[in-house]
Amino acid sequence: MKCASLAVFLAVAAAALSGQASAQTLKTVKDRGQLSCGVSQGLPGFSSPDDKGNWTGIDVDVCRAIAAVVLDDPTKVKFVPLSAKDRFTALQSGEIDVLSRNTTWTVSRDTSLGANFTGVTYYDGQGFMVKKSLKVNSAMELNSASVCVQTGTTTEQNLADFFKGNNMKYEVIAFGSIDEAVKAYESGRCDVFTDDASGLYASRLKLANPADHIVLPEIISKEPLGPMVRHGDDQWFDIVKWTLFAMINAEELGITQKNVDTMLKSDKPEMKRVLGTDGNLGEQLGLTKDWVVRIVKAVGNYGESFERNVGTGSPLGIARGVNNLWNKGGIQYAPPIR
Amino acid sequence: MSIAPRKPPLQLALRLKRALGGKTGWKGVAAQIAFAAILAWIAYEVVANARTNLETQHIASGFGFLNYNAGFDVNQSLIAYNNSDTYWRVFFVGLLNTVLVSVIGIVFATAIGFIVALCRLSPNGVLSRIGGIYVEIVRNLPLLFQILFWYLAVLAALPAPRQSISIFGTFFLNNRGLIVPQPVSEPGLYPFLAALAVGIVVALGLRHFARRALFQRGQMIRIWPYVLGCLVGLPLISMLVFGWPLTFELPQLKGFNFAGGARVIPEFVALTVALSTYTGSFIAEIVRAGVMSVHKGQMEAGSSLGLSRAATLRLIVVPQAMRVIVPPLTSQYLNLTKNSSLAVAIGYPDLVSVFAGTAVSQTGQAIEIIAMTMGVYLLLSLTTSALMSIYGWRINRSMAA
Repeated sequence: MKCASLAVFLAVAAAALSGQASAQTLKTVKDRGQLSCGVSQGLPGFSSPDDKGNWTGIDVDVCRAIAAVVLDDPTKVKFVPLSAKDRFTALQSGEIDVLSRNTTWTVSRDTSLGANFTGVTYYDGQGFMVKKSLKVNSAMELNSASVCVQTGTTTEQNLADFFKGNNMKYEVIAFGSIDEAVKAYESGRCDVFTDDASGLYASRLKLANPADHIVLPEIISKEPLGPMVRHGDDQWFDIVKWTLFAMINAEELGITQKNVDTMLKSDKPEMKRVLGTDGNLGEQLGLTKDWVVRIVKAVGNYGESFERNVGTGSPLGIARGVNNLWNKGGIQYAPPIR
Repeated sequence: MSIAPRKPPLQLALRLKRALGGKTGWKGVAAQIAFAAILAWIAYEVVANARTNLETQHIASGFGFLNYNAGFDVNQSLIAYNNSDTYWRVFFVGLLNTVLVSVIGIVFATAIGFIVALCRLSPNGVLSRIGGIYVEIVRNLPLLFQILFWYLAVLAALPAPRQSISIFGTFFLNNRGLIVPQPVSEPGLYPFLAALAVGIVVALGLRHFARRALFQRGQMIRIWPYVLGCLVGLPLISMLVFGWPLTFELPQLKGFNFAGGARVIPEFVALTVALSTYTGSFIAEIVRAGVMSVHKGQMEAGSSLGLSRAATLRLIVVPQAMRVIVPPLTSQYLNLTKNSSLAVAIGYPDLVSVFAGTAVSQTGQAIEIIAMTMGVYLLLSLTTSALMSIYGWRINRSMAA
């Protein structure tokens, strides 16, 4: 672990020293012919590799969509698995072009890390998972519990705030990686495992008997997860931001992977603008006219990506809930493409 | 032909020249100054460039964050700590946890090392075979793997808190650790400690006096009854006068866990066991090499004097072996200290886990925090080296005498 820290330190020092003006990410990516995308070390539904090394997940789809608009090939992505505590350093040092790794948007991260959040891919919140045999039905019954957590996340602070705010005692055991934390929870070292609720559902799948564990109803924090890019490159910031917005807008307009080709023949003005058969919005972004078409062909619209990776059609089986579109009872809302 | 007396060279200038330039003279001095200047310039550029780049990238820098609230909890702390303390305090909590596991690990590793080495050297075939097997297995498996093994093995073997193994109803063992009664200080504590300290000082003085009498005048003085009196009698009197020094708060099962009592967490146990058995296997080989380096005539000389094998080892062979053992032993101590940073894998809150882990991710100030952490390991290692050097110097001195 010390080695990793040292490597990270050297990487930051090297980045700080090289003094490269980072305003040319688009050009760098095009020259390299590959997008370097920071993802998790394996969180089902968000970013995880299968047994053939193919990455899938909602965060992975964002990377693939960016590769599609920039390089016209959603497979030209190099996925860099990062631990929670190494992720920002990897972005700062230029090792990755975009961080798409279930990262919570907070003011301190937006301001002090030299990086910007570009939007919200998933509205999450921190929850608790316990063994059913404990017969606990609410987080308020967790006084004096031992809690396993992954270090280097916002969860440790939320946890402290929650127990302090409710005058309850607890013991925290913080592990370097999520797998170790889950293993310790499973072996009985902790009564409770805490993480973002989506992460709890994903981790539960890895347990020997998922049915023996329940996620408690309380959500103790707001965790809007989204991609991040470095400060100082507004063009790249716009591209990453609007790639996600395009996915959400595509769902709102009913453009899907299947019907995108027929939609191209549509003569509705809004559809023509979005799909690039009219106007030059894509070119204004530094991309091509057909950028939205490329995104939808590569990964589908936001709703399709959600259902495929984390939704009721996937092993995680998470309901859309707040992640539904704003006009369907949720809070996912993207500025219009025009 | 007159011989003009040669002017004596200016002593001071000559000395300066030699000190700075060595044999190459003033040219060497110039080269050294130039080299030092280049190094200083590079160091300055590194720092200045890093600072400007951090500023232009709007990455927070500086050490101001150390005074902010940390806002997270740590499950083992030698000093009082809660989540509204500062990052400074987190730093010391982590540092002390690292020092704790290193010191205890070093003590156990040394004991294991010496015992295993003596086993390997023993004429008893079974013992020496067992020692050999231990060394070959333990030192040839990766340490991280051993730490995880001990952690998961310890956890798997222990019951949940509600099914704790109870020892006389005062000690409880479960997968949350070993819960022992917590000592609570009473008014009698300070007089008791003072009496104990006086007793120890007097006992040491007596020993010094007796040894001098033995070595200088050949007198044997029986001091143990007085020593016993000082060490046990004085504290006993203080207890009779001032009352009990300590009472014990018994642990009780409440909710999920035990309330009251002190606790040794399983992460600490697993890490200490793994570090000390692993390093112990290396120390065993070092000790064996040291003992073998002593000429076997010494062993024979010991037996010809009628000393037992144990006494020969203790009085003749091991003191001579120490000269060879100490330098590589120091390296092993340093390795153990540095290896303790693997703690993060099993959730033991050492410096790397809480400070270079959680604090980095909360503040984002990787450069400052990692630099501080590296500074700490450097300081710990240099301190260990210095202590071992002093020890080695004393051995050499006593050998020469």
